Amino acid sequence: MREIFYWQALNEALREEMKRDEHVFIMGEDVGPYGGAYGVTRGLYKEFGDERVRDTAISEAAIAGAAAGAAMTGMRPVAEIMSIDFSTIAMDQLVNIAAKNRYMFGGKTTVPMVMRTQGGTGRGVAGHHSQSLEAWFVHVPGLYVIMPSTSYDAKGLLKTAIRDDNPVIFIEHKMLYMTKGNVPEEEYTIPLGRADIKRKGNDVTVVAYSRMVLLALEAAGELEKEGISLEVIDVRTLKPLDMDMILDSVRKTNRVIIVSEACKTGGVAGEIAAQIAEKGFDYLDAPIIRVAAADVPIPMSPVLEKAAVPSVEKIIEAVKKVIS
Amino acid sequence: MVEKKEDLINYLETMLKIRYFEEKVSELLGKDLIKGTSHIYIGEESVAVGAIAAIREDDYIASTHRGHGHCLAKGGELKKMMAELCGRATGYCKGRGGSMHIADVAKGNLGATGIVGSNIPVATGAALSMKMQKMDRVVLCFFGDGASNTGGFHESLNMASVWKLPVIYICENNLYGMSVSVKRALSVTDIAVRAVSYNMPGEIVDGMNVLEVKEVVAKAVRRARKGDGPSLIECKTYRYYGHSRSDPRVYRTREEEAEWKKKDPVESFKKKLLEEDVVTEEEIDNLEESIQQEVNEATEYALSSPWPSVDELTCDVFFTG
Repeated sequence: MREIFYWQALNEALREEMKRDEHVFIMGEDVGPYGGAYGVTRGLYKEFGDERVRDTAISEAAIAGAAAGAAMTGMRPVAEIMSIDFSTIAMDQLVNIAAKNRYMFGGKTTVPMVMRTQGGTGRGVAGHHSQSLEAWFVHVPGLYVIMPSTSYDAKGLLKTAIRDDNPVIFIEHKMLYMTKGNVPEEEYTIPLGRADIKRKGNDVTVVAYSRMVLLALEAAGELEKEGISLEVIDVRTLKPLDMDMILDSVRKTNRVIIVSEACKTGGVAGEIAAQIAEKGFDYLDAPIIRVAAADVPIPMSPVLEKAAVPSVEKIIEAVKKVIS
Repeated sequence: MVEKKEDLINYLETMLKIRYFEEKVSELLGKDLIKGTSHIYIGEESVAVGAIAAIREDDYIASTHRGHGHCLAKGGELKKMMAELCGRATGYCKGRGGSMHIADVAKGNLGATGIVGSNIPVATGAALSMKMQKMDRVVLCFFGDGASNTGGFHESLNMASVWKLPVIYICENNLYGMSVSVKRALSVTDIAVRAVSYNMPGEIVDGMNVLEVKEVVAKAVRRARKGDGPSLIECKTYRYYGHSRSDPRVYRTREEEAEWKKKDPVESFKKKLLEEDVVTEEEIDNLEESIQQEVNEATEYALSSPWPSVDELTCDVFFTG
């Protein structure tokens, strides 16, 4: 199978869905001739023109709100918010309009929009360009939240998100765009709410998502040398959340750690831990451990940035603790 | 522009419907038969009626937290509205939304909203959608003086102007953002002048005069439908009641209220129609009686409707096919 970059996988998904359905269009900052801040919309402006690949002003509230309004009236917008950090400006429209209109209007409307954005650390761009804010969106009834870790998942899940009739927050990771992975030539989609076992193992379940999956796999490779076998589960869609797969794995391993790049307090890792405790307490032979970011704004200095978030070493340390 | 007799009577009828409906709402709030809050539109009827008279049935509107008037002028049904305000299963939103969330997207009402200014971007997006789908439909975006101070107002008007979208921004300037006078909250006296920043026409209109509102909005609608882009129209108006149920109106004088009531949109229009022999006193009496009757029936319908089933609490959070 051919290998393509994560950004290319996303680009293919957008191109294919725009070809398939004329109602799909892209709007956002620098998505046009520039091709997107991380290159995801490269070539699409040339192929589809300025009507369907719309550069906007720096107006996140209007981008998100206009996407909701267009979605309610027959279009299927894919709005790009350049960094999840900027979603603060768009929050009212996402949380109060896009997420709630269907329910509040008695189930008589749909808001089929995707908000693509990216987050995470790794480029030394500090506290306004490096956050992991997924918990905010997961907390809101009416929004789906997707965070793919591989090229394959990125393409299949973005296609599903665009076809879904609900508002979807699609969060990419800035350090994954240049990672490569297998993606088939032929068309495929991935259903929402299905986690994926990225590595099978028996001793400890490691639940992770987005770039943390790569760190977990690296840790698994290291620990294999010491005879410790990790099962790495990639959550992929934080909402809907595939607790069945997680619980099945914990039933087998009896030990679980959860890795998230977001601040530890009030995060998705805590939600997953709570659900394991509620539904799988009897499977556990050791306390659940969360490996998450420190509760600090992400600092710029590489030394501090690295210290703020999980690392392979921190995951290994947590695994050793959970099996001790 | 010469108006047909039936249209003129229709405007009066809709204004009366809004007024009687809301007088009943106010009464039911007082008796606690309507829970929560409702923002009463009385005094501003000619804005919704005049503006919506200038569009087609297949055009869109986006409403506000003070939205009963817009909904009724867009053809909203009294029974479903009253049932919604009473939190019943038969309401527009199955009782989930109440006063601040009534919508009927299929009929062109993109909904009321509880967040001031939040529908301005939505209306802008609906206009983008119409333009992209090459439909010649326009969007009327209602909002108040307070909303014109939000960031979404600026972002949206700029966007609509750049993209020449078929949207008409209708600011209902009723002089107070809850309790704060526009004199203390706005950098300008006339909100319409803000249109200059967005390179679009800005018009001021007497919001107590239904025909004037209609005429000015109709001009903007023609412009939008032709593809020439958005307009901003400021309607100078006044809400007779307080901001919501708990407002004792300490921030304004009874004299000021009396001054505005002299220009009452319903009474002045009634007088005009009588003077011009469009209607007789008897016809007006009959009209008023039948609307009051309709409102009473809607109230009985609402209060005898079932409560929503608790089993459906989590239905419709997501579309599931």
